[in-house]
Amino acid sequence: NQSKFPALSVFRSSPRFLLSGPCFDLYSKGFKMSISRAPLMNLVRLKGTPILEQLHLEERLLRASTDNWCIVNDGTNVPTIVMGMSGKPSQLLEVGPVIKDRIPVIKRFTGGGTVIVDKSTLFVSLICNKDDVPSVQPYPRSVMAWSGSLYGEVFEGVDGFQLRENDYVFGDRKFGGNAQSIIRNRWIHHTSFLWDYNVRNMAYLKLPSKVPQYRLERDHTEFVCRMKDYIERSDFVEKTVKAVGKQFAMKEVNIEDIDSYAKGEHVKSTRLLTMEELQEAMASTSQSA
Amino acid sequence: MAARFLWASRVASHLRISIAQRGFASVVLKDLKYAESHEWVKIDGNKATFGITDHAQDHLGDVVYVELPDLGRSVSQGESFGAVESVKATSDINSPVSGKVVEVNEVLSESPGLVNTSPYEDGWIIKVELSDAEEAKKLMDSDKYSKFCEEEDAKH
Repeated sequence: NQSKFPALSVFRSSPRFLLSGPCFDLYSKGFKMSISRAPLMNLVRLKGTPILEQLHLEERLLRASTDNWCIVNDGTNVPTIVMGMSGKPSQLLEVGPVIKDRIPVIKRFTGGGTVIVDKSTLFVSLICNKDDVPSVQPYPRSVMAWSGSLYGEVFEGVDGFQLRENDYVFGDRKFGGNAQSIIRNRWIHHTSFLWDYNVRNMAYLKLPSKVPQYRLERDHTEFVCRMKDYIERSDFVEKTVKAVGKQFAMKEVNIEDIDSYAKGEHVKSTRLLTMEELQEAMASTSQSA
Repeated sequence: MAARFLWASRVASHLRISIAQRGFASVVLKDLKYAESHEWVKIDGNKATFGITDHAQDHLGDVVYVELPDLGRSVSQGESFGAVESVKATSDINSPVSGKVVEVNEVLSESPGLVNTSPYEDGWIIKVELSDAEEAKKLMDSDKYSKFCEEEDAKH
């Protein structure tokens, strides 16, 4: 993607030509053009990366890098449950089957609810410096208004897409779970898109106590839908990259080169729950039953 | 808006401080100090109490969880020491001054919404023993903070 060109401004000026640095001013008889470069965004394309590894990478890039990042992970390796920062397994999961079937459970660094992801899930994560997206205040509703607009471009022409009570939906069915983390001058908005899913996996998740109003009392299978019924997989990824590219100058970065972008120690809060924690959760569920 | 001013007046009376009425804008209490990341601090000798401002809670939305630091932990000016969760987002809480955590508001574990309903009183987050009292001079007073909030909101 090339640098973006804002509107021309026209002034009377002396005849002169000047080229310097990231901005260049072109003076000619009676005209002045100012062209400035869009902020840079590094694009990392992953395939089948374990979701724990992806989340560790995101937390590292959010806290230890100063660049903007777009991370696309085409599926994860094994079915995994991912809870938000404040998630309690006893309240959100059918812990018995989770333990029996040895489903990994992660607590991530962002807010929001619980998802179960697998090789069919598509992940898109956007990490931005707040100053590079000046129209967005570093607060959740402002970030989501921006992301909702961005994905509105991706799904242009697809019937029924909207950001509805903070969920990405087609009509009244959710197909993407999103969450955010906001630090001093940066934020991340990441989404797990249900390209396809195994109905059996949904049975590991309880109906949460707090649900959006539009959910009514539907169970998981009645509440969610498959993105594959609405758009081609590769089409979605390329349209997303293109939509992001309208606001940023995109640069592909290999995962092997990440160390040069993110140095130093940082807070690490994403973690895999231990078997002991899950067993305690099951015990507390039994006690309160 | 009138109800918020009445609430602010009661808080101010209880704390024996004066307030600035900012019309439809968020409440800012005089005699507190403020960080650009929207935390307030009340200094009392070598102890300080922190929380997030009315401006911050209003922009964050309903707080559903507060991550509190451990007692005894050191905090540094400008660095994160905890987080609040609202509207699917975790937002860092940054320390306005440096010190050692001597008390945390455990009530927030059961009632995180106090950060919204009473940001300057019942919604206080931690108390620290100051390590450098001079750091408070880098913070904004209520007038500067009010202007800062207005300018920030005007940009968007």
